[in-house]
Amino acid sequence: MVPFSYTSVADPQAAVRRTSEGHGVEFIAGGTDMLQLLQEGVRAPLELVDINGIGFDDVSVAVDGVRIGAMARLADVADHPVIRERFPVVAEALHESASPQVRNMATVGGNLLQRTRCLYFRDVATPCNKRVPGSGCPAIEGQNRINAVLGGSPDCIAAYPGDLAVALIAADAELMVVGPKGERTVLVEKLHRQPGSTPHVEAVLEPGDLITAIWIPIAAGGRLSHYLRVRDRATFEWALASAAVSLGFEGTRVLEARVAAGGVGTTPWRLRAVEELLVGRDLDRALAHEAGERAADGARGYGGNDFKIPLLKKTVTRALMRVGGISPGEPA
Amino acid sequence: MNVPLKAIGQPVSRVDGPDKVQGHARYAAEFDQPDLMHAAMVLSTIPSGTITAIETKAARSAPGVHAVITHENAPRLPYAPMAKRPQVDAQGGDQLKVFQDPTIRFNGQPVAVVVAETLEQAVHAADLVRVSYEHADGHTTFDRARGRAPSRGNEKAGRPADTEIGDADAALKSAAVSIDANYVQAREHHNAIEPHATIAAWDGDHLTLHDKTQWPDNDRDEIAHVFGIKKENIHVVSPFVGGAFGSALRTWPHVTVAALAARVVQRPVRLELTRRQCYTSIGFRPHTEQRVALGAAADGTLTAIVQEAFGQTATYEEYAETTLDPARNTYACPNVRTRYRLIEMNTNSPCPMRSPGVATGMLALETAMDELAVALRMDPLELRLKNYADRDQHKNLPWSSKELRACYRVAAERFGWSERTPEPRSMRRNGHLIGYGMATAVYPSHRAKASAAATLLRDGTALIRTAGSDMGPGTYTSMTQVAAETLGLPVERVRIELGDTDMPYAPVHGGSITMASVGTAVQAACQALLDDLAGVVKASPDPRLAAFKAGTPEWRDGGLAGPGGVISFAELMEGLGFDRITAEGQSAPGNESKTHSSAAFGAVFAEVEVDPDFGTVRVPRIVGAYDIGRVVNPKTARSQCVGGMVQGVGMALLEQAEWDERFGRPMNGNLAEYVVPVCADIRSLDVTFVPGEDTIFNPLGVKGVAELGLSGVSAAIGNAVYHATGRRVREFPILPERLLMG
Repeated sequence: MVPFSYTSVADPQAAVRRTSEGHGVEFIAGGTDMLQLLQEGVRAPLELVDINGIGFDDVSVAVDGVRIGAMARLADVADHPVIRERFPVVAEALHESASPQVRNMATVGGNLLQRTRCLYFRDVATPCNKRVPGSGCPAIEGQNRINAVLGGSPDCIAAYPGDLAVALIAADAELMVVGPKGERTVLVEKLHRQPGSTPHVEAVLEPGDLITAIWIPIAAGGRLSHYLRVRDRATFEWALASAAVSLGFEGTRVLEARVAAGGVGTTPWRLRAVEELLVGRDLDRALAHEAGERAADGARGYGGNDFKIPLLKKTVTRALMRVGGISPGEPA
Repeated sequence: MNVPLKAIGQPVSRVDGPDKVQGHARYAAEFDQPDLMHAAMVLSTIPSGTITAIETKAARSAPGVHAVITHENAPRLPYAPMAKRPQVDAQGGDQLKVFQDPTIRFNGQPVAVVVAETLEQAVHAADLVRVSYEHADGHTTFDRARGRAPSRGNEKAGRPADTEIGDADAALKSAAVSIDANYVQAREHHNAIEPHATIAAWDGDHLTLHDKTQWPDNDRDEIAHVFGIKKENIHVVSPFVGGAFGSALRTWPHVTVAALAARVVQRPVRLELTRRQCYTSIGFRPHTEQRVALGAAADGTLTAIVQEAFGQTATYEEYAETTLDPARNTYACPNVRTRYRLIEMNTNSPCPMRSPGVATGMLALETAMDELAVALRMDPLELRLKNYADRDQHKNLPWSSKELRACYRVAAERFGWSERTPEPRSMRRNGHLIGYGMATAVYPSHRAKASAAATLLRDGTALIRTAGSDMGPGTYTSMTQVAAETLGLPVERVRIELGDTDMPYAPVHGGSITMASVGTAVQAACQALLDDLAGVVKASPDPRLAAFKAGTPEWRDGGLAGPGGVISFAELMEGLGFDRITAEGQSAPGNESKTHSSAAFGAVFAEVEVDPDFGTVRVPRIVGAYDIGRVVNPKTARSQCVGGMVQGVGMALLEQAEWDERFGRPMNGNLAEYVVPVCADIRSLDVTFVPGEDTIFNPLGVKGVAELGLSGVSAAIGNAVYHATGRRVREFPILPERLLMG
């Protein structure tokens, strides 16, 4: 642990200034991940800027969509009636996240940027390219059961652990970002970067960039959606594999499809091959299986996480069936 | 006074419950002291080698730092040899000696400690210490080829290398039906809620330790030997322990580190392990691999049991377990062979974890019994009944009590075992595969020498004191009940004090021996108090007491009964002019262990539901029936069994250290990635105690419960998974991939 100073700000512009101009300055919001990182010595900011006072914590409903303040707590968003009714994929992803205590504290903005649970990233006694660039990636030949099968590079196979980002991709969500150069929007799908040779750079955000809101267009609310997560224990654990599915139908025919996966990729992973296969066809059990088979296109296992490849396929298949109201049938 | 005549057997709520939930109960790290300083350890990051340089300058000049202690500047400690205590110590090799040499024996070994004014300053400075190493070859793989027999010390402590009755291998060969399989049990960590912590304070050559310990008296002995001081100079205080499961049985190196640091800075020092440090600074349940081969006649009569175990141990000391105890006496079988080997690895030393050895041995044996039942096309419960052991055949002694048949019957009925269709994959519900499985539970019952003091105070209330510990099972409560019943007082008028070496000697609070050992000492102390009181009454010239002198004294309703009614304790004390009267009581094992074998028994039935696509296993129901002798408190005893079931779910499905052989390090050293069951994993747990009393074993008639509660649970779950899926997973925990990929 390195000594750091702490500043609390009420003005988002001040927060942006502070972090864009200072060296080693980082935001702290709910702090549910930051505190773990500080205590374990994974992160060593020189200054923490507490943004809990800046507002941006409400959910507002407009005719063309829903705006979720980045400082809204997971629990509040999960319980919001419009989110529950129109965007079940988002509500379900949040409802099953972490524990009630964490959901009461964690913000949606911070949740999108939570760091990987890769064992080597979290334990400073070992090398990790994401934590100490150039030090190596022991996960590739080590304990990698929770690591990614999609998007890995020779330098990093850390899985993106979150669920909300995965669900938001299925809901076509974008982010409102304020930064030193003003305001802009970023598609959630474009937020995270592939590790490549720079796994320590995880998002397209620049120093000082502050997520102020999540925007979900109302069109996504016209689709049927579901979030399905598979994990070792019943709750309070990151997904081994998850699927966010959002489908627009005419009868049983799929008009529009958004499918994304969590727990398996180095970033939240949009499954375009699955989407393309679904569109224009009648969703039935056979199609759900056929589409699920495409979910792991390009996937690669590293030993301990090999099982995630079949698991991902089955997770997507099941989620598609749930959205289509199809019974999975009796086990063979 | 309206007094419940029987305190023993009542579901008394925890007497320390209100203090615990209101935060009044103080744990080791919470005893604030004037001028308290904080310590943070630096641990090795390689498994084997030598420290070539240790750079402490930056740490020493960091704010608030008072000392940085390493092997280069640490006072030499005598580490006087002391006899191994079988209940807690590794029986071979030598304990880790902190900061006495530059040798690295495992990843996570303390190499320095920083002492500073605040915890944050200490942690920061500890990060500034730079250690250079010369790596040496070590052993970080679990390689069966390196298995070796336990040393003589372990052999003598009941961990023999080889045992045999009859000719098991020949019997196996000629058996009508046989199975032969290998099982793996992962390294598990205790993960008690309270991290280990010590506050050490010296006053001259007197040392006070506030420590998390299951054995205050042992803490004192050990530290006395380490520092070469008289044990009378050490005072250990440990009134509450926030769970331990065996991790606080022995005195770990960090206790020495705290005492050493306090001596160097001449101020009280607090050292609390982080959660990650708890994975290398204390012990764990060792990774164990086993082979079980069973042979039977066509009717299910066992003709051969072969069980071989390979257990993980450290390089510097030798910890071994009673893994093979169950093979030798759980079932009647004329031919039994066991073989136990240890594999030295560069790791911190393993140690007992709830139901040590036995839970591991039972996992393999009871899975193998299920496999045999399948091979015989026989009901698994029927197979157990067919081979019921009416005697302990290994010791060739009768059981002091055994109500296992009743356990099987009661648990099977409550579970609905008769509804099970034997064919695997034959039971379904809501798209899930349903499985029913069962296993026997057993844990040997022991007792040890113990003492207690009982004091009657002027107000007629009683105070009981013993140095024993309460790590959470409810010792405060059960001892209150024993004292209340013996004295004829309501439980509200009895107070218990525990966990202090100034109190009468008590044995280790582990191995489920506390009730039979300390409980009988409390009973003896209370009886001695009444005898003393009767003597004083007889000798008293007070005319008001004259009526109470005739015949054998009858103690009831909170006082002494006489012709004219009961004179209360308060009135007695008033009449005698006493402020207090104290008597000590002792208890010790007698001849019973030579004439009888004692154990607690149970039967566990589990239902699982398996997602056929994902391989995820959930446990809707566990039903257990237990023979624990006399039940002092059905409420806290039930909690013990329920806790064992939950831990069994973890052992069967979730818990494992993810060991990296390159670093010799458990990589998932935190509660996010070392996964234990959460509330949502636990649904219906049903516990019944079958009637029984074991007065051969001890005067209270109790046996043990804590260890028993875990025994057999994971095998029952694994057997249910087989029944649900038709897949026999022999590597535990049964992770989804082991069902998906296997």
